Amino acid sequence: MKNNIILMIIGMSVVTYIPRMLPFVLFKGKELPPFIQGVLKNVPYATLGALIFPGILLIHKDIWYGLIGAGAAFFAAYLGANVIITVLGAILVVALYSLI
Amino acid sequence: MGELSIKRHSSDFKKGVQAGISIGIGYFPIALTFGLLAKSSGLSIVETVLMSLLVFAGASQYISLSLLSYGTGIMEIILTTLIVNIRHFLMSTTMNEKCEEDRLVNKMIYSFGITDETFSVAATKEGTVTTPFMFGLIAVSYSSWVVNSGIGHLVGASLPKTLQESMGVALYAMFIGLLVPSLKKSRKVAMLAVLAGVFNSIFTIEKWLAPGWAIVSATVLSAVVIEAVELLNRKRGIQHEK
Repeated sequence: MKNNIILMIIGMSVVTYIPRMLPFVLFKGKELPPFIQGVLKNVPYATLGALIFPGILLIHKDIWYGLIGAGAAFFAAYLGANVIITVLGAILVVALYSLI
Repeated sequence: MGELSIKRHSSDFKKGVQAGISIGIGYFPIALTFGLLAKSSGLSIVETVLMSLLVFAGASQYISLSLLSYGTGIMEIILTTLIVNIRHFLMSTTMNEKCEEDRLVNKMIYSFGITDETFSVAATKEGTVTTPFMFGLIAVSYSSWVVNSGIGHLVGASLPKTLQESMGVALYAMFIGLLVPSLKKSRKVAMLAVLAGVFNSIFTIEKWLAPGWAIVSATVLSAVVIEAVELLNRKRGIQHEK
């Protein structure tokens, strides 16, 4: 049984590492067609949208936790706060909400 | 010359470390909870830390615990892990375009540390991303993940409920903090994010796709649609000028 867990962990690590590593080996960079390069430039912002929604609405069964946290983070970032301040501010605001 | 390049390297490494701090904070509650759940699922502390050390992928580590508790076979768990983590292929392809030219072996080392969070930070950074920056960024994130998994198992208790609940917002706040500065500058960024968020919400809530596939499909769909619309607009613009 114990051996099995270790084997499972090794298997998981291999199948996780390969998709992370392969593009660096397969592609030299800048040789893809312009349209694909344009799409890849869009990927970070699209990824952020997909990582935020719907996840943030599901952090608590009370949907306001996510909404208030998102609002606080958006407000702080919009005023130009750096990311760490944004994160700490959102945690603080949600903590205050949970105490009320 | 050599000294100059060492100086540049150490300052880029520091910048990476600084950029990684919010990830380190965000990983703290998640890794702690992972350690705790791993303990209650019957994993030893060695196995728990080993998994965080070798896999370094939050969602799939959580999923493996719940599959283990259902008595799922190991091959199925590994296959599920592959499906959940295949989205990193897209992220690494994107980073490969953005990272500075370097020896393949360095890229192969830092590619291990590409997660949703390190990718988000590195990919939204202005200009080229250097190898020392990636190493600094990943060093902080990885340490937080591994160490806090161990602490979670060791302490065997989670944070006070209020703190646990409010820290759950940390990584989402980070994603918002990374998105907003670009959002202010460009309408395209706003459209990309909103469209991907809507697609992912539909795929996830309607349960059409497994979580890993939902994110990757929503991302690709949004990135392609917006790029195609822009291309069409540009072509139309040129015809107009003629």
